[in-house]
Amino acid sequence: MTSGSDLLRIENLGISFSMLGGRMHVVKGANLRILPGKVTALVGESGSGKSVISQSVMGILPNTAAVTGKILFTDPVDGRTTDILQLERDGPDIRALRGSRMAKIFQEPMTSLSPLHTVGNQISEVLAIHTKATKSERRSQTEEMLGLVGFSNPKRTYDMYPFELSGGMRQRAMIAMALICRPALLIADEPTTALDVTIQAQILELLRNLQHKLNMAMLLITHDLGVVANMADEVVVIYHGEIMEAGPVDAIFRNPQHPYLKGLMAAIPHFDMKPGERLKALREVPVNSGALWGKRTHEETAPEVLVSVRNLTKSYGIRKAGLFGKQDKTRIRAVDGVSFDIRRGECLGLVGESGSGKTTVSKILMRAVTPDGGSVTFDDGKGKIDVLAAQGAKLLELRTKIQMVFQDPVSSLSPRMTVQNILSEPLEIHGRGDRASRLETVRALMQAIGLDQRYLNRYPHSFSGGQRQRIGIARALALGPRLLICDEPVSALDVSVQAQILNLLKDLQKELGLTYLFISHNLAVVDYMADRIAVMCAGRIVEIAPREIILRDPVHPYTKALLAAVPFPDLDRPLDFITLKASGASDERAWGPKFSGGDSDDPLSPADLGNGHLVLARRNVDTRELRSW
Amino acid sequence: MTAQLPLPGAPLQHYVSSAPFDPLSIEAMTDAQAKVHLASQLRLMWWKFRRHRLALASGIFLLALYGMIIIAEFVAPYNLHTRNVDFIHAPPQRVRLFHDGKLIGPYVYGREMALDMDSLKRVYTDNKSDVQPLRFFCRGDDYRLWGQFATNVHLVCPAKGGQLFLLGTDRLGRDVLSRIIYGARISLTIGLIGITISFVLGIIIGGLAGYHGGWFDLLVQRVIEVLQSLPSLPLWMALAAIMPVTWSPIIIYFGITLILGMLDWTGLARAVRSKILALREEDYVLAAQLMGAKSGRIIGRHLVPGFMSHLIATATISIPGMILGETALSFLGLGLRPPITSWGILLTEARSVSVIAFYPWLLFPMIPVILVILAFNFLGDGLRDAADPYR
Repeated sequence: MTSGSDLLRIENLGISFSMLGGRMHVVKGANLRILPGKVTALVGESGSGKSVISQSVMGILPNTAAVTGKILFTDPVDGRTTDILQLERDGPDIRALRGSRMAKIFQEPMTSLSPLHTVGNQISEVLAIHTKATKSERRSQTEEMLGLVGFSNPKRTYDMYPFELSGGMRQRAMIAMALICRPALLIADEPTTALDVTIQAQILELLRNLQHKLNMAMLLITHDLGVVANMADEVVVIYHGEIMEAGPVDAIFRNPQHPYLKGLMAAIPHFDMKPGERLKALREVPVNSGALWGKRTHEETAPEVLVSVRNLTKSYGIRKAGLFGKQDKTRIRAVDGVSFDIRRGECLGLVGESGSGKTTVSKILMRAVTPDGGSVTFDDGKGKIDVLAAQGAKLLELRTKIQMVFQDPVSSLSPRMTVQNILSEPLEIHGRGDRASRLETVRALMQAIGLDQRYLNRYPHSFSGGQRQRIGIARALALGPRLLICDEPVSALDVSVQAQILNLLKDLQKELGLTYLFISHNLAVVDYMADRIAVMCAGRIVEIAPREIILRDPVHPYTKALLAAVPFPDLDRPLDFITLKASGASDERAWGPKFSGGDSDDPLSPADLGNGHLVLARRNVDTRELRSW
Repeated sequence: MTAQLPLPGAPLQHYVSSAPFDPLSIEAMTDAQAKVHLASQLRLMWWKFRRHRLALASGIFLLALYGMIIIAEFVAPYNLHTRNVDFIHAPPQRVRLFHDGKLIGPYVYGREMALDMDSLKRVYTDNKSDVQPLRFFCRGDDYRLWGQFATNVHLVCPAKGGQLFLLGTDRLGRDVLSRIIYGARISLTIGLIGITISFVLGIIIGGLAGYHGGWFDLLVQRVIEVLQSLPSLPLWMALAAIMPVTWSPIIIYFGITLILGMLDWTGLARAVRSKILALREEDYVLAAQLMGAKSGRIIGRHLVPGFMSHLIATATISIPGMILGETALSFLGLGLRPPITSWGILLTEARSVSVIAFYPWLLFPMIPVILVILAFNFLGDGLRDAADPYR
C-alpha cells in the first residue's frame, strides 16, 4: 500500500436515468475521494443523488441508468487500482469486490435481513462466498464479529432469527455482516435514520469504534448534519446532483461558505434557540390564512383546558394461536395510566421513542383506537364532550374539532384524487356549503399553506414531500378544528423542508388560534414547537414540564438520555457517549431505584416538583432526592 | 465548475461551488417531467401501456376482432348455414394473383370433384383454365344486418357461379372461414359476459370479506377453497346436465356463461380481498375515517379506485380461461349445441382421428382460439404493468 493514495476516487461522475418524462440527470460531474481509514460524509437532501452515487460504487445501479466518468478503487492490501465502471455488470470481478473489499449497510434494518435464515447463517454466508474457511471456522469468525458489534451472547445470537431482534440489534447484525470480511470500504447509507435517537447514538459510537479498530474507510451517506459532525473526517455537500461544497470537517462546520450549506445549518432546530427565535427555512412559505375563517369570538369565554386526559390505558394481546383456536395471550401495555391536559392555544409536545405509545395516545384522542380505560374530555366552551363515549352526531361534531396531520406524506393522500377533491372531501362529508362555496374554501386553504391555486387539479404524485405534507395540513384545517394532532409531521422530511413545515405550523397556530398536540421522537423539533413537553417511555409519561424546565433541568434519567442523544451539527458539542451509557436510555432497570418500579408494591406515581413539572417516581422518594440524582 | 480533486493522498482543500445556486431548482421540473406530473392516472397508464409493444399490438388485434364480430355477416363470404352440396369436405383454396404470367388480381381456380373409389374420399382438383376472380364489396348471400336491414353486400365473395373456400368446407359443404367468423361472436362474448358476472361477484364478495373481516371473511375464504378444489370437468358436466335439453340454444348459452362466471369469481375475490386488506392500512383511509366518512364512501372513493386498474388487468388475464372453458365444454358436447356456432362447436367436427387425417382443415378453428388467448394474455400483461403508474 502506498501511503499517498486514495482508497476511492470518483472523477467526473455523471449518472442519468431514462424516465417516462425523458432523460433525467441525477448526478452531474461529481468528484469525491475517500482516504484509507477515514470517513467521508456525503450530505444532501433526498433526491440530491447521494444514494445513487453509493449504488454506482457498488455497481448496483438499476438497468435504466447510464453512467459516465471514473470510479477508481485502490485496494490498500495489494495496491491494485480498478475502475469499477469498467467492470462487467454483476461479473466475477465486481462480485469479488462486493462484500469482501467493499460492503454496504442500508437504512432500513427491518427489511434488510432475510427473515427465513438465522442471523449467523446470513453473516457466515459472506464468508462462504469469499473465503475458503471451513464451516466451524466460519462459525467462530462470525461469533467473534457478533461480539465485536456488541452482542453480549454471540453464540446464542448466531442461531437467532431476525424477528427476535429489535431494530437497533438488527442494524448491529447488518454491520457485522458488512464487516465480516474486513472490507477496506464501508458504505453506510443513512445507517441510523430509521432508528430512535438513543439507538442512533449507540450505533454511531459502534461504527466509529469499529472504523478505528479495523482501520477501514467509510462513505457515510446522510442528510443529518449532526451525524456528520460526530463522524466525518471529510465532508461533501451535494445538491441536485452537483457538489456544492467539500472540505475537511473543520472547514465545513466552522467556515461554511456556500448558501446551500449555510441554509441547511440555519434550518436545524437546536436547544440554544431563544424563545421566539425562528428557524430559517431554505424555502420559506408565505402563510395567508386571512380568508380561511372569520375571527373567533367565543374564545374568551372558553375554559383554559381544552382537552383533559385521565388515566388512559390500552393493552394489546399478542395472540399465540395454536392449531385449534386461540390460546393464552400475553398482553403488552401500549399506554399505561397516561394523564395530561392540553391547554387552549398551547402546543403540547409529546416525545418518545418508537413503541413508547405516543401514537396510540393520539389515535385514542382521535377515536381511531378504543382504550381499555380512562377518560378524555374535550371542552371548547360549547359544553363538555366525553370523547370516548361520543356517538352519532356528537362524534361527527367531534371529528370537525379534532383533526390529524400524518407522518407519511406519501400514504396520507389518496393517489387517485386531485388536490381539489382531497381538500373538499371533508367539507362534502359534513355537508358544508354548496359546490361553489366549497371551492372557495379550498382556494382559501391553498392560500393558507402557500400553494399556488393552479395546482388544484394536480394529483399528489406530482408534489414533493414537503408540498404533500402541506396539503395534508390543509386537509386537516378544512373543517376548522380546535385541536390539531400532529403525529411526527416532519420526521419523513428533509431538514430544510422540516423547518419550512414547522414554521408553517407555527404561523398557522398563531393566526388561527389553534391548539396542537405535537408528537415527535426528535426532542429538538419538539423543543422548537412546544410550550410544554411530555416525555413518554414504555406507555407512561415519565416527565412533563414547560419546555425551558425540561431542557435546563431534566430530572428523569430517560429525559436526560434523550437530551444527550441528539447529535448536534457542532464540532464543539460531540455526542456524550458516556452519559448515554450511564443513563441506560429506555432500559428501566438502569434508571436507579427511585425511578424504576421493579417488583415492589410501591407503585410509581407522578411527583410534583413545582412549576407544572411532574416526574414519574417512587411515591416515598422525596422531591429533593430526585433532583440529586 | 466542479470540484477539483487533490492529488491522491493530499489534503483536501475547502471547495465552494461558484455555480449559481437556486434553492428551488430541486423542486422545479423540466417540461417533460411537468407533463408527467400533471397527467391523470389514466393518461399515465396509457403512456406506460404504450411502451409495451406486444400488449399494444394485442390490444389492436382484439379491438379489430371485436369490431369484426359486430359486422360478421358483412365480413364472412358466406352465411353461417349456406350449404354447398357440391363441395362437401373441400380442402382450402389458394388465392393467386398471377395467371399465365399476367397480374389479374386475386383469384381462385375452379374445381372438379372426383370420388376416390378406394377410400370413398372426395378428391378435388384445380381446373387451371377456370379462373374465378374474387369480388369485393359485392352481392352474395342475403342476410339481415343486426336483424334489421336486409342486404346482401359482403366484403368479399366468390366469382359469379364460383366458389371461395379459403379454409375449406365441412361435411355439409359449409365454408369453414365463414363459420369461424360467425363463431367468434359467441366465443368472444361468452368470455366477456362470464367475466362480468365473476367481476361483480368477486368485487362484492371479496370487498366485503376484506373490509369487514370476521366470520364473513372466514366463510368466504373456506367457500373459495372448496370451489377451487373441485375438479372442473366433472363439475361442468354436472352443471350442464342440469340444463334441460328442451331449452332454446340461447338460454343454454346464457346458462353456460353463468356457470363459467359462478366458478371463476374465486380468484378475483381473493385478489380484491388482499388488495383491500393492504389498502385499508394506508393513512389516507384512516384520514377519511377520521373525517367522519362512512364505510360506503371509503370503499367507493378511496379503496376501489386504488385497485380498479389491477382488477381490470386481472380480468383481462382471466378471459382466456373463459374462452377455453367454453371451447372445452362445447367440444365435449356439454356446452353449446348446434345450430348455435362457436369455435368449440366447430371443433366438434374434428373429434375423430379419421376426420382429422382426411380433412385436417377442420382443425382451423384452433388457430383463432390460440391467437385470441395469446392476445388476451399479452394485453393483460401490459395492463398489469401499467396498472400502477406511481411505482
